Amino acid sequence: MVRFGSRMAVDGGHRDGGCDWDGRWNHVTKFLERPGPFTHPDFEPSTEALSGFRLIHVVDMDTIDLSNLNRQFLFRPKDVGRPKAEVAADFINSRIPGCKVVPHFKKIQDFDDSFYRQFHIIVCGLDSIIARRWMNGMLISLLSYEDGVLDPSSIIPLIDGGTEGFKGNARVVLPGMTACIDCTLELYPPQINFPMCTIASMPRLPEHCIEYARILQWPKDKPFGETSLDGDNPEHIQWVFERAQERAAQFNITGVTYRLTQGVVKRIIPAVASTNAVIAAACATEVFKIATSAYIPLNNYLVFNDVDGLYTYTFEAERKENCSACSQVPQDLQFPSSAKLQDVLEYLTENASLQMKSPAITTTLEGKNKTLYLQSVKSIEERTRPNLCKTLKELGLSDGQELAVADVTTPQTVLFKLNFTT
Amino acid sequence: MAATKASKEQKYDRQLRLWGDHGQESLESAHVCLINATATGTEILKNLVLPGIGAFTIVDGHTVSGEDVGNNFFLSNNSIGKNRAQAATELLQELNSDVSGNFVEESPNKLLDNNPEFFNRFTIVIGVQLPESTCLRLDSVLWSASVPFLVCKSYGLIGYMRLVVQEHSVIESHPDNALEDLRLNQPFAELKNHIQSYDLDSMDKKDHSHTPWIIIVAKHLERWLSEHNLQPPKNYKEKEAFRQFIREGIRKKENGVPEDEENFEEAIKNVNTALNPTKIPSTVEDLFNSEECNDVTSQTPSFWVMLRAVKEFALNEGNGSLPVRGTIPDMIADSQKFINLQNVYREKAMQDAAAVSKHVECLLQSIGKVGYSTYIANRRCRCLGKNSSFLRVVRCRSLAEEYSVDTVNKDEITSSMDNPDSEMVFYLMLRSVDRFYQQHSRYPGVYNYQVEDDISKLKLCVNSLLQEYSLNVNIKDDYIHEFCRYGAAEPHTVAAFLGGSAAQEAIKIISHQFVPFNNTFIYNAMSQTSATLQL
Repeated sequence: MVRFGSRMAVDGGHRDGGCDWDGRWNHVTKFLERPGPFTHPDFEPSTEALSGFRLIHVVDMDTIDLSNLNRQFLFRPKDVGRPKAEVAADFINSRIPGCKVVPHFKKIQDFDDSFYRQFHIIVCGLDSIIARRWMNGMLISLLSYEDGVLDPSSIIPLIDGGTEGFKGNARVVLPGMTACIDCTLELYPPQINFPMCTIASMPRLPEHCIEYARILQWPKDKPFGETSLDGDNPEHIQWVFERAQERAAQFNITGVTYRLTQGVVKRIIPAVASTNAVIAAACATEVFKIATSAYIPLNNYLVFNDVDGLYTYTFEAERKENCSACSQVPQDLQFPSSAKLQDVLEYLTENASLQMKSPAITTTLEGKNKTLYLQSVKSIEERTRPNLCKTLKELGLSDGQELAVADVTTPQTVLFKLNFTT
Repeated sequence: MAATKASKEQKYDRQLRLWGDHGQESLESAHVCLINATATGTEILKNLVLPGIGAFTIVDGHTVSGEDVGNNFFLSNNSIGKNRAQAATELLQELNSDVSGNFVEESPNKLLDNNPEFFNRFTIVIGVQLPESTCLRLDSVLWSASVPFLVCKSYGLIGYMRLVVQEHSVIESHPDNALEDLRLNQPFAELKNHIQSYDLDSMDKKDHSHTPWIIIVAKHLERWLSEHNLQPPKNYKEKEAFRQFIREGIRKKENGVPEDEENFEEAIKNVNTALNPTKIPSTVEDLFNSEECNDVTSQTPSFWVMLRAVKEFALNEGNGSLPVRGTIPDMIADSQKFINLQNVYREKAMQDAAAVSKHVECLLQSIGKVGYSTYIANRRCRCLGKNSSFLRVVRCRSLAEEYSVDTVNKDEITSSMDNPDSEMVFYLMLRSVDRFYQQHSRYPGVYNYQVEDDISKLKLCVNSLLQEYSLNVNIKDDYIHEFCRYGAAEPHTVAAFLGGSAAQEAIKIISHQFVPFNNTFIYNAMSQTSATLQL
């Protein structure tokens, strides 16, 4: 969950006397000073000493939890509760002389294009697909085109890594050039939740009992007043655990444990130091390649799994012609004019290539901006809810009409073009 | 005391979900030896200290140089001039106070000269950036002592790992995509009875649509067998017909339109799974046929005693099959029907495990090893029964065998080199570079002025290597040039990749969970590809 923007000062920069010592850069200089048969075609060996001044910004909205310490090696027990970005920066700045890490205890969405524009490279270790898509969308929005031709200097490479247990992946995205996060959205199947009827009346697994306590009993019993369920509060988990045990006993289901309860409520993904080390290293190797042009970067997706031996698979993820994020082409929305707005909303959320979370749909009618439906503001949701049952024709929409859709999965609105089918 | 235990459970929560409390216990009892606290070494150790191994000992006679500090996160410029083992131990120790860190300021060669038994105490020895001669000496000592040995090397943009272990048994391999063990082709008595207790035709609408798909398939399979000479559906055509047969079992509304019976749809979707024949996997058959299994003596390790017990079970109570696993996937059904069906499988699994346990007792008695706690036997046998299809034994032969002209794996090398850019070329280059070191007491291309001349010198080493082993392969000049270019550099990102990879292999060895690689792993950071070779 730490992200770096790095400005590699291979071209000069400050040289702090106390930051260099004999041999410091020996393991790196050979790759910068010497020509070789496998280097990038653009690579030019240089004997200028590496200045070693590196500026890295870290953005992370989280604070440190005890359960992070089995793998997040920049943090110690004394740091629990402190912001990750700040502790990481402190640690690195003191361990690596001359390195300057600037922390931002913020969400990535708290910054706009003026912030991200300053970086040469962005590296992501995010814990959600939504955040990845947002970052992806931000870098795409920074691209500039002249006469339809992409200006390469507006490209900021995005290196993205993720892990789950003993599996991981690392990828290089050159926005506007290679497959972006949204181009390969189908690689991430939507999270499946248990069906409500199973949870409510036909539990079979201990997980069903836990979800029953979490989703149905908690809002009903309000055990801690109006407080919503906090997965990090052991008292809350204990309450869910006990209710889940009771329900399990009713149905002769075994296997409800405190650990399982916590895992289900917090949607915990198991994690170890080793997998994260591998993927982080792979990402760092790509940062090195891109920053120095020493080698051709990963093209463009690496998959890793060490459950049985060690397995890697490297392939080129392809760009999607009509990608909703990077294709620049307004997305096609094919519906009969008799379709209801509800149908369009469902399509936006359920379609595998879009997977929007709570899209807000606006359009221009008679020269004026009109909100067709918006969920995130209660008053507007109530006002626009009746539109969901109206047909597209009733709403005054015509064939070829452009709809602008905003969603958490993208920093910029996505343009759709309505295409009436018969 | 309780507070420490609770906070340890919290701290290690994310990894306990992978290897369980028993896995964690084995880690906490382990003592790992690292030889050479280079970047590769400390990165490996970091990923062992964080998850809480019991103890580590770093063996390193080197003094910290400026170059060392440049690529090693666990050395600081204050460490320059100090012994490297000591300096690294300090910064690694502070990662986790649960771990006990030790160091020996000595080169491994000196230890091998004066006190080779030093290494016998370790759960695993990890040797990093070691020249060939030292590796071979360690190999000999550790092989005799039956201590697993993991050799790791970061050389330029290439990572290398070699596991040496005589025999490593795995009961809990946690396979990613295990086939279900449903026994529908040969239902055991209790399952048969349970299936018989259902009468689909007389059920009301709700029960009918909430019957587990296993029952539905079983019922239809019964009818199919009686109409097809007791032959189950075998090819695609027959399975399609069988699926259609099940589909016809879906109840219809008054107007002839089929009801929405999701459980039947599940049955149809799972026909292939359901029709999987109950078979002892060939990996397990091979284990049953091995000498260790059939020749049980008082020296036999407990894994083989247990395996023999499983074999005896299969030959007797199992009627040619392994113990029932006892788990079924979730499926659309009402609670009672599902739980009852699940319990049929669970109880059978417990029965089978108890039978295996009896065989274990008999075997132990026959070799004069009585007094084996019944409680432990029962729990281990339940684990054994559940995992009987996934039992694995990994044997990674010694370096001596790999390096000997008589036993070199020529076939693997030459067939891999059919593609001259396969990862095998890096193995050959690493061997050549070792040769260069032996001859010149240095690695090629360390200084800029050496690179050009060393290319031809290295090429001589390559040719002598190929000649010695009679390897009729061609190594492109580009690779020879590249390996001179590397100048034995140890870039941190390559060291870190190996750090994660090697640490997890060590954890597999320590915990006997998950399956280690066999026996050589090559990582190419230029292309971000890798390969596992058996050399």
